[in-house]
Amino acid sequence: MDLSLSDEQQAVRDAVRACLEQEAKPEQVRACEPLGFDASLWETLSEIGVASMVVPSDLGGMGSGLLDAALVAEELGRFVAPVPMLEHWVALRLLARAEAKDLVERLLESRAGATVSPRPARNGRFDLVPGGAVCELVVGMEESRLIAAKGDLGVALANIGSTPVAHRETAGAEALSSGPQAQALFDRALDDFRCLLAAALAGLARRVLNMAVEYVKEREQFGVPIGSFQTVSHKLADIATDVDGAELLAREAAWSSDEGEPRASQLSPMAFAFNSEVAQRAVDACLHFYGGYGFTLEYDIQLYFRRAKGWSLLLAAPGAELQRLADRLVGPAGGSQ
Amino acid sequence: MNFRLGESSDTFRAEVREFLREHLPPETIERVHESGTVHDWAFHRALGAKGWIGASWPKASGGQERDPFEMTAFFEEAALAGAPLDGLHLTMMVAETLRHVGTEEQQRSILPGVLSGETLIALGYSEPQAGSDVAAVSTRAERRGDEWLINGQKVFTTMAHEARYVFLLTRTDPDVPKHRGLTMFLVPLDTPGISIQPIHTLGGERTNSTFYTDVVVSDDARVGEVDGGWDVMNVALTFERAGSGGREGERVLSRFIEWARSARDDDGQPRIADPAVRDVIARAATRIEVASLLGHRATWIYANGGLPSVEGSMGKLFWSESFQTICAELIDSIGPAGVLQHGEPEAPGAGWIEHAHRHAAVGTIYGGSSEVQREIISGRGLGLPRARPR
Repeated sequence: MDLSLSDEQQAVRDAVRACLEQEAKPEQVRACEPLGFDASLWETLSEIGVASMVVPSDLGGMGSGLLDAALVAEELGRFVAPVPMLEHWVALRLLARAEAKDLVERLLESRAGATVSPRPARNGRFDLVPGGAVCELVVGMEESRLIAAKGDLGVALANIGSTPVAHRETAGAEALSSGPQAQALFDRALDDFRCLLAAALAGLARRVLNMAVEYVKEREQFGVPIGSFQTVSHKLADIATDVDGAELLAREAAWSSDEGEPRASQLSPMAFAFNSEVAQRAVDACLHFYGGYGFTLEYDIQLYFRRAKGWSLLLAAPGAELQRLADRLVGPAGGSQ
Repeated sequence: MNFRLGESSDTFRAEVREFLREHLPPETIERVHESGTVHDWAFHRALGAKGWIGASWPKASGGQERDPFEMTAFFEEAALAGAPLDGLHLTMMVAETLRHVGTEEQQRSILPGVLSGETLIALGYSEPQAGSDVAAVSTRAERRGDEWLINGQKVFTTMAHEARYVFLLTRTDPDVPKHRGLTMFLVPLDTPGISIQPIHTLGGERTNSTFYTDVVVSDDARVGEVDGGWDVMNVALTFERAGSGGREGERVLSRFIEWARSARDDDGQPRIADPAVRDVIARAATRIEVASLLGHRATWIYANGGLPSVEGSMGKLFWSESFQTICAELIDSIGPAGVLQHGEPEAPGAGWIEHAHRHAAVGTIYGGSSEVQREIISGRGLGLPRARPR
C-alpha cells in the first residue's frame, strides 16, 4: 500500500494550485457568475497542458490516468474553478476510447471544450448538459448510438451552482459507435465523471473545512474564540474525518479504474454519492459557523454552498446514484441474482 | 498510489482464512455467544500454536515479524469470521507494553505464557468515577518497604475472570497533579484480597467489576517508574491494534443481503428488490468502505514509521459511529421481524443483526469515547483551542 503521491503527481498538482491561486481567486470566480466560465483561465489551463492531460500520448496528450486527473480535480474543486474541465476530460477519454482520433486532435488544436450529456437525447435534444453553454462538442447517447454533437452552444440556464448548464440540440451529430459497445463506452465515461466529481467535491469540502477552522479560531463570542466550544469543534472534527474519508474514497475509485480492478464500477458511484453528501454536510455546517455573515453574499462561503449542491446534482438525483450502486453490489433489482 | 495491502498481506490472509475454517467451528461462536465471554481457550491456544499471538513481534522476542498489513489481514479476517478476540486484544496491549518497558524478569516470566496462549491479561484502568478522565483514578497503592498495599475498585475489567493478571493503574501520590501521581502494576489475579463480580452488558458480553482489599504485591509487580504510570499507559495506547474497522460491518451486511435475497414482502416480491432495502445496502457498503480506508491509512502511516494519532482517532470515530448507523438501518429495513433474537428459528440473519445492533452501542464508548476522539482530532488535528480543563 502506498497512499503518497508520485513526484510527478505532486508536481502537476502544485503547478495547478499555483495557477489557480493566481487566476481563480474568489473575486475572479465571482466575476464569472452567473455563467461560471472563465475563458482566460481555460486558456491558461490549456496552455500548461492540463486540459489535454488525459489524452493518450500518441494522440498528443500526456497520457495521464484517471487518478492523475482526480488529483487535479481536487484542486479545481478547492478553488471552485469556473472551467468545465471535468466534463472536458470525460469527453476526451470517451472519444479516445471510441477511437475518434480526428475529434480528439481537433479539440486539442482548437482548445475548444468538450462535454458529455449524462442523459440520453430525447426528441433531438440533450437536456441539462454540464458545460453545455460553453463546450463546443457534446458526446452522448441517442437511442442506441453514441454520438458527438457539434451544434450551437446552448443558452445558459440560471442555476444554483453557477455552472454553464444548457440544453443542446443533436441535429447533425456524428455517430461514433452503436449497440452494446456504445452503451459500454458511455457507461464507462459516466463512471469517469463520477470519480472526477467525487474528487472535486472532496477538494471543495477540504477548502470549506479549512476556511471554517480559520474563522472559528478568530471569531470571538462570549469572550472566547467560538472554536473552543465543543459544539463547534466536535462538529468540525466530524467534518474533517468525513473529508479525509471522501478524499481517500475518490482516489481509490480513480485508482481502481486505472488498474482495471473489478470493484471499480462499484467505487465510482459510491465515491460520488458519499462525497456529494460529505461536501454538502461540510458546507452546511461551515456556513452556519460563519453565523449571519455566512448568509451574506459578501462572504465567500456561499460560493461553495451553491456549488456543492450544483455539482452533486449534475448527473442524477442522489437516490438514483445509490440505487445504481446497489445494482452493482447485489445485481439489478429485477435481475436473476 | 496503491490501495492494495500487498502480496504478503494477501498470502497471509489466505492462510488466516484457512485457519479460521479449521479452528472456528460454529459451536465455538455459539458458546461464546452463550457465555458472553468473547474469548475461547481452544481457539486462543490454536492461535498460540500457530505463532500468531504476537505475530508482529521480532523473531528474537518470539514473534514472526509480520508487517502491519499482514496484521490488518489477520484482524480483518478474524472480524469477518466473528472470531472471539477480546482476550487477545486486551492481552496484547499489555504484552506490547511489557516488551518495551517491562523488566527483564517480567518479560522472561510473563511473555512466553502470553505467546503460547496460556496467559491472558486484563486491563484495570476504569473506575466507577474515572472513565474518559482515566487519570482521575483513586485506587490507592501505598508503599510498605519492598511491597505495595493496594485498595480500590475497578470496573469493566473485561476477561478478569479468565485472566492471570490485571494491568492495574493506581494512585501512588495523591498530592501532585493527577497525571503525575500514578503507578502501574501487573497484579496476579489470584492474589488474596481480589474479588471479581460479573457485569452483564446490553451487547450480551460479560465484563467485570474487580475489588482490591488490602492486596499486597511485591515491588517486582510494578511496571515502569513509581509515579510514571501515565507514561506507561500511553505506551500501551500507541499499540492500538491496526485498523480492521469495517469488517464487523461487512459480516452483518452480508447476513442482511443473504436474508434480503430469500425474504419476501406481502406481495411475494423478494425484499432485495425493494428500493428502500437497496438504499440501505448501498449506504452500509459505503460506510464500510470509508471505514476500511481510514483504518488502512492509519496502518500505512504506522507501517512507515509514523504515529497515526489523529488518523487513528478518525478511523475509530468513523468506524464506531458508522457501525451503529449501519446496524440501526439494517434492522429497521427488516421491519417487525428485525427484533427477533438469535435462537429464534425465524430470526432474520439468525438474529445476528439484532445482536450487532446491541453490541454496536459500546463501540463509541470504549477505547476512547467518540468525544475523546473528537478532542484529539479538533485539538491536535485542526489546532482548535480547548475549552475544557485538563
